[in-house]
Amino acid sequence: MSLSANAFESLELKNVGRSFGGRDALVDLNLTIRAGEFIALLGPSGCGKSTALNCLAGLLPLTHGEILIDGKRIDVLPSEKRDFGMVFQNYALFPHLSVEKNIAFGLQMRGLPKAEITRRVAEGLALVKLEEHAKKLPGQLSGGQQQRVAIARAVVLEPRLVLMDEPLSNLDAKLRLEMRTEIRRLHQSLGLTTVYVTHDQEEALSLADRLVVLRDGRVQQIGTPEELHDHPANWHVADFMGYRNLIDLRVESVTGDLARVSGPDLSLTARLVQDAAVGDDIRVAIRPSDLLVARPGASTDGLNVIEAVVNVVEYQGREFAVGVTTTGGQNLFVHAETAPTAGATVTLTVDPARALIYRSSLDIVSAEQQELAEVRG
Amino acid sequence: MTSATSTASRSKSSASLRHRLAERGVDTKLWLLVPAVVFALLLFVYPFAYGIGLTFQPLAGTQEKWGGGFFANYIAFFKDAFVFDSVWLTMRLALPAALFNVIVSIPIAFKLRGKFRGKRFMQTLLVLPITLGTVLTAQGLLIFAGRQGWLNRFLMETGIISEPLQLVNNYLGVFFSLVISGFPFAYLLISSYLSGIDPSLEAAAKTLGANWKQRFRRVTLPLLAPGLATTFILTFVLAFSVFPSARLVGDASGDTRVLALMAYRAFSEQLDYSMASTIAIMMGVVELIVIGIVFLGRSFLYKGSTGGKG
Ligand SMILES: Nc1ncnc2c1ncn2[C@@H]1O[C@H](COP(=O)(O)OP(=O)(O)O)[C@@H](O)[C@H]1O
Ligand SMILES: [Mg+2]
Repeated sequence: MSLSANAFESLELKNVGRSFGGRDALVDLNLTIRAGEFIALLGPSGCGKSTALNCLAGLLPLTHGEILIDGKRIDVLPSEKRDFGMVFQNYALFPHLSVEKNIAFGLQMRGLPKAEITRRVAEGLALVKLEEHAKKLPGQLSGGQQQRVAIARAVVLEPRLVLMDEPLSNLDAKLRLEMRTEIRRLHQSLGLTTVYVTHDQEEALSLADRLVVLRDGRVQQIGTPEELHDHPANWHVADFMGYRNLIDLRVESVTGDLARVSGPDLSLTARLVQDAAVGDDIRVAIRPSDLLVARPGASTDGLNVIEAVVNVVEYQGREFAVGVTTTGGQNLFVHAETAPTAGATVTLTVDPARALIYRSSLDIVSAEQQELAEVRG
Repeated sequence: MTSATSTASRSKSSASLRHRLAERGVDTKLWLLVPAVVFALLLFVYPFAYGIGLTFQPLAGTQEKWGGGFFANYIAFFKDAFVFDSVWLTMRLALPAALFNVIVSIPIAFKLRGKFRGKRFMQTLLVLPITLGTVLTAQGLLIFAGRQGWLNRFLMETGIISEPLQLVNNYLGVFFSLVISGFPFAYLLISSYLSGIDPSLEAAAKTLGANWKQRFRRVTLPLLAPGLATTFILTFVLAFSVFPSARLVGDASGDTRVLALMAYRAFSEQLDYSMASTIAIMMGVVELIVIGIVFLGRSFLYKGSTGGKG
C-alpha cells in the first residue's frame, strides 16, 4: 500500500478556547500531539469535544489560544489549507456523487493528474474493501459502508492529521466493534496521526494511545489508557473509567494515605487519591468488580464490610451485574460470579486500597491536575 | 393434481392482492380523496374542457378570414401576426424576469443563510412585496419611477440627468413589476431548498481542500439545481401570465402586448369567446413546452436526498 501520511513532528494546542455568545464551550485546551499518535477526546455529550475538533479542523474560529505545527501557527489558515482529513459523525458524503467520485473529490481539489487520482482512488477503495461498490451512490450503501467511504475519502489525501467525530456512534454494536478494529488497523498501517472524538470510554480506551477527558469544556485529565484506568485524577474521570459506585461521605480521620470516611449509615476505610482533611466532604469511587460478595465464613480481615440487599441481577456473559441497596439506602453496583437471589441479604467486601477518595468539587482541582498532567506528560 | 396446484396458487395470489395494492398506495384511505376529486372536476376539469370545446367553435368571421373550419381559431393564432407576435413579446418578458429572479435570489439566499442580527428584518423586507399585490406595486412604480416620479425628479434636480428616464409605461416598467412580485417567491423557495442541504457537506468539502468557488460549483449547486429548476418554473409561470402590470405600467399596445392582454381583448372588446379561449389554451401550451424543456434538463440532475432537514 503506497498511501501514507505526510508527517509533522508535533502539533501543539496552546490555551485553545472557544465560546458561543459568552458561553464557554471549550476552555484552555493544552495538548501536544506527536506524529503517529492516536488521541481520543472523551467526555459526555455537550462537553465540547466536537467544538475542539472543529477548531482543529478550522471549521470554527478560535476565541482564545493558538494551534501550532512544528512551531508554525496554523489556526490562522482556512480549513481548506490545513491539509487535515475529517470524518464526520453523519458521514457527510456528497449524495450526488458516486463512491469513487466522493473519494476522488479531495484529490481533484488538489489538482492532481488524472492517472494519479485513479490510482489513489483504487487504493482507497481497496483499503476499505469497497471495490465492488465504486459506482454506487452513498444512498445505496449501508451505514457501515458509508462510514468506510468517509474514512477512505479522508485518508486518500494522505493528510497530516485525521480528525474523527464520533464516527461509530450511528452504527449497531457489532459493526461498531468491527469498524473499531478497522480504524485502528488503518491508523497503524498508514502511520496516520489521529484525533478521535467519542463519548464511549471503551472505544477510547481500546483505540487511543492517549486520552483527553473533557467535562464542561475543561480538560480533566490527559494520559495513557492505563494511567486513566488505574489512576483517575478526579471522580469525574473515575466515573468515566468505570467506577460506577460514587458514594458521598465525610472524612473522620486520616492515617497516612488511608482515611476513615463515613456517612449517616456507612463507614469505610479508603485510599486518599486527592488530599482531604478531617471534616471534608468527599466522594468515594469503587469499581463494581472491586466490590466482592463475600462467601459465608470467608475471612474479612482488613477489608471494609458492607451489608446490602440484592435488587436486580443481570447476566453479563461470564459474570453477573448485581444492583444492591445498603441498609442505609445507598445503591451500589457489584459484580458476582454466582447469581444471588433478589431480596437476599449479602455481605460485600472491598479492599481499602481499591476504594478511592476524591474531593467532591471538581473545579478547584482541575487546574492543579492539569499542571500535574503537563509535568507528567 | 394440476388443477389442485393451480387453485392453490390462485388463492394465494388473491390473498396477497390486497397487500400488493396497499403497497402501491391503494387502500380504503383513498376515499379521503373524494372531496378533492369532486372539486377538481367541478372547478377545473369541467371549465377547462368547456374552454377547449369553445376553441373549436370559431366565429363565422374568423372562419371566413382564416379558413380551416373547426380549427380556424388555431390557424388565426399562428397566422395572425398581431396575435402570434404576442407569444414572443410575452416570452421576452417572462424568461428574463424569471431568470433574473432565480439568479439574484441565489446569492441573497446564501448570504442570509447563517444566523445574524437583523436577519428576520431583512427577510421581512424581502418578502413584503408578496403582500402588496400587483396593482399596488404598479401604483408605487408609477409614483416612484414615472416621468414625474421621485427618482426622475431627484436625478434631474441633482443634475445627473437632463431628460427624465423612461422607466415605466414600457418594457422596463413591466419587468420591474415582475421582479418585485416574483423575487420574494424565488427567494423564499430557494432559501428553503438551501436550508435543506446539510451544512456538514460544505464543511466536508472545505476539509477536502475545496475553496468557496469549488464548493459552490461541485457541491451546493448540483444539490440546489433541481430546486432552482422548480423555482424557475414557478416564477416563469407567474410572469408568463402577467396581466395587470402589463396594462398599468406597460405599453399595452406595443412592447408589453402580452398573451393575457390579447385574450382579454378578444373576450371583452371583440366579444370573441372562442378566440379568447384559444389564446388561453395556447398560453398553457407554451408554458407546458417551457416546463417540459426545464424538466427534461432536470431529469439529468441528482434529485435524491440532500441530507438536510428539508
Ligand atoms: N454553534 C453553536 N452555537 C452555540 N452553542 C454551541 C454551538 N455549538 C456547540 N455549542 C455549545 O457548546 C457546547 C459543546 O458542544 P459540542 O462541542 O458540540 O459538544 P460534544 O461534541 O462534546 O457533544 C454545548 O453546550 C453546545 O450547546
Ligand atoms: Mg459532538
